[in-house]
Amino acid sequence: MFNKTLTELSAALREKQLSSMELTQAFLDRIDKYSALNAFITVDAERSLAEARVADERLVKGKAAPLTGIPVAHKDIFCTEGWLTTCASKMLANFVSPYDATVIEKFKAAGAVLLGKTNMDEFAMGSSNETSYFGPTKNPWDTTVVPGGSSGGSASAVAAGLAPAATGTDTGGSIRQPAALCNLTGLKPSYGRVSRYGMIAFASSLDQGGVLTRTAEDAAVLLNVMAGFDPRDSTSVDRPVPDYTATLDHDIKGLRIGLPEEYFGEGLSQEVARLVETAVEEFKKLGAKIVEVSLPNSNLAVPCYYVLAPAEASSNLARYDGVRYGFRAEEYSDLLDMYRKTRSQGFGAEVKRRIMIGTYALSAGYYDAYYLKAQKLRRLIAEDFKQAFEMCDVILGPTAPTTAFKIGAKIDDPVAMYLNDIYTIPVNLAGLPGMSIPAGFAADGLPVGMQLIGRYFDEARLLNVAHRYQQVTDWHARMPEGFD
Amino acid sequence: MEWEAVIGLEVHAQLLTKSKAFSGATTKYGAVPNTQACAVDIALPGVLPVFNREAARMAVKFGLAIGATINHHSVFARKNYFYPDLPKGYQISQYELPIVTKGHIDIEIDNSRKTIGVTRAHLEEDAGKSLHEDFHGMSGIDLNRAGTPLLEIVSEPDMRSAKEAVAYLKKLHELVRYLEICDGNMQEGSFRCDANVSVRPRGEQKLGTRTEIKNVNSFRFVEKAIDYEIERQIDVLESGGTVVQETRLYDSDKNVTRSMRSKEEANDYRYFPDPDLPPLVIDDAFIRETEKTLPELPDAKRARFIKDYGLSAYDAGVLTASPEMARYYEETVRESKADPKIVANWVTGEVSAYLNRENKEITDSPVTPALLAGLLRRVADSTISGKIAKEVFEAMWNGQGDADAVIEKKGLKQITDSGAIEKVIDEVLAKNPKQLEQYRNGQEKLFGYFVGQVMKATGGKANPAQVNALLKKKLGP
Repeated sequence: MFNKTLTELSAALREKQLSSMELTQAFLDRIDKYSALNAFITVDAERSLAEARVADERLVKGKAAPLTGIPVAHKDIFCTEGWLTTCASKMLANFVSPYDATVIEKFKAAGAVLLGKTNMDEFAMGSSNETSYFGPTKNPWDTTVVPGGSSGGSASAVAAGLAPAATGTDTGGSIRQPAALCNLTGLKPSYGRVSRYGMIAFASSLDQGGVLTRTAEDAAVLLNVMAGFDPRDSTSVDRPVPDYTATLDHDIKGLRIGLPEEYFGEGLSQEVARLVETAVEEFKKLGAKIVEVSLPNSNLAVPCYYVLAPAEASSNLARYDGVRYGFRAEEYSDLLDMYRKTRSQGFGAEVKRRIMIGTYALSAGYYDAYYLKAQKLRRLIAEDFKQAFEMCDVILGPTAPTTAFKIGAKIDDPVAMYLNDIYTIPVNLAGLPGMSIPAGFAADGLPVGMQLIGRYFDEARLLNVAHRYQQVTDWHARMPEGFD
Repeated sequence: MEWEAVIGLEVHAQLLTKSKAFSGATTKYGAVPNTQACAVDIALPGVLPVFNREAARMAVKFGLAIGATINHHSVFARKNYFYPDLPKGYQISQYELPIVTKGHIDIEIDNSRKTIGVTRAHLEEDAGKSLHEDFHGMSGIDLNRAGTPLLEIVSEPDMRSAKEAVAYLKKLHELVRYLEICDGNMQEGSFRCDANVSVRPRGEQKLGTRTEIKNVNSFRFVEKAIDYEIERQIDVLESGGTVVQETRLYDSDKNVTRSMRSKEEANDYRYFPDPDLPPLVIDDAFIRETEKTLPELPDAKRARFIKDYGLSAYDAGVLTASPEMARYYEETVRESKADPKIVANWVTGEVSAYLNRENKEITDSPVTPALLAGLLRRVADSTISGKIAKEVFEAMWNGQGDADAVIEKKGLKQITDSGAIEKVIDEVLAKNPKQLEQYRNGQEKLFGYFVGQVMKATGGKANPAQVNALLKKKLGP
């Protein structure tokens, strides 16, 4: 049952083939059995089973909501009432949230069972899950390689069948890149589609919550639950939420798929290129038209992002000061010393690096040269996409330049690490929806993902295109050896 | 050398919204520490600000009242610095694009009018409070105030003396209270003032180096602090030194300003647009709607009081000093139908004296406009004299009922019976034969003496006009 889709599990629950208690227990058992993956930060079997019990009562009464009884794992960046919510940081290692994020409320309202809180890069800063205070998460396809990040715990958990689905967040690729590295479907909705309230901020203008699932259909089911305007988030957008499952089967004949030349150039591994090109052939068979497009400012996206995201982060993370909650250094001489020691000891190296970069970029005398300049580049990058979407309906390319790399291989080379997000970052800068779906396996046996990018609020089309592809391929259905 | 002071003021006015600038928590003053701070105010992980548009309405109201430009598009920025009473590690404020720019306020000094420019007024949130006492050597933090909306009103450096600065500050204070956007309570910190002061040789165009005096919490202290600072800077310059750009704190006990931090130690606030908040958009409809809620402004009210009630400029000024005072006066005029000037005398005289003595606000006066009007009616219809009226007023102030009840209970009704008054006059004249003789020998000023004696004998109740007339008749030519 651990490799079944949400739709299948939901049907099984309704038909009483199994109870939510049984289902939840089965996943808890697997989480325990494969704890070496280090995919979870917090598991609380008692709480999860209590929720499952309530779900079973509802199922018996026939009052089931869309996800009633389905266990879902949540990235430890979403505040969950009564649960530790650590953001994988020593700074919040003792923080029990007194409130639920809007996303969590919505999952609760839809009947889902909270299966646990997944590991991640500290404050979502990383592409390998190695910056977690709770240790790196491993990739079930090869436990010596990274699962990607920052939603690496969620990706590892779903890929290994420890959870049927999981939430993630994506600031520069943090859902799509781990989805690609773990053979999953990952969806980052348009900026403003999913409420950020209760989702611990990394870079406010880029962060967006989304999901990691086995299939596009599952992603559609979950987006139906998560999407929507939230009066508590001023950046969430008040526009109707369609039923994302309703258009999954639409024909994609005549769909114009744009291939940006900049996404197939230097830095892309030949194998990833080959697999994406094979997928393009598959789309042609489905009736899609392929057009060449250009995103000329793509090469500026990474430097632009590494000014803006750290700038926002340097301010967003100022609240972790040891005064009100979370970690405070043991000994200090005065207020300034308390701040210094608390923040020096409470944050990991990557977080501190980004706080430093961001603080620098916003400093008097540097603001114009860095922050303002980066904002201008951001507009240029968004304009590129606007132009491209006049030629096509969906943009397709690789999600990450390579397959998953070895744990430890890039952790001491931040720039190499940052370049892993070269294809995903522009999408966040433009605020567009993006998806990664499985596209096959490289010679090393590791999965490769391809990225679909859509127009603003065109998630339904992305899900439709992904779903049609998944109906004629079976990459997404494969499980890693030893976990199947 | 003759020196000229240049002064600009920055005023923080707490806006009277029910809830905070970016959260739903209440803004009420004086609750148990940290009971009015919600998840957003204490900056829990993951929380987000949502702007309270009522604060924008108040800012627009202010902007309209000072003839300023209302910006259709303004931006919230983050001002980053670490302090324990600043939970997010940044204050949400408006920086490059404020909601209100380029207005003005007119002041009057020694009967001449001067216009003070208002550079800008922007919206921001207040911080919490650090409490440094009673915590066994530690500091306490109260976040009840954190997130309360403020309007920061920045003047041009148009003032040339402490007196002008205070006149401006008083006008501003009066205005925000008229607009009902701030309660103006300086003790509780809902109206706070920082002063930027510099001096230069008279005639010089270039500004001198300025210092900023922080948080002076009364009009009197503002005047004293600025005067002190002007003198200090002149002393420094005249003894060959240079003024250091710095922030100074005023010590009211010693009447000095003291250095708090220099420019070098000043924070780099790393302002940038707050990515959690979209730009604040104010459309014409919003401005028009707000315009309709503008009350009669102080200057207009003063002019009307002078014109309609025939008051002196001084009385009109006192009676319009606060909207509550003006309301009290006009209600009393309306209810009593008495001569507006007589009402003015009562309100600026008796009523104000009692309020001052007991340190009460006009709204707390036990003698309400209705009670005062009742008293004035009894003076007008000669039931009591003006002098007795003061006695009745005191009794009403002390809660002994309305004028009629007091007059009745104390038997203060004026004696208007000519026979009765004549009888008393006869008695008085009989008792004072010596004075009577002197009077008859030409000492006419003794007339007043007899009047006094008659009034005394009647306990002040005799109608003074009648006493005068009857006495004249008795003493005859």
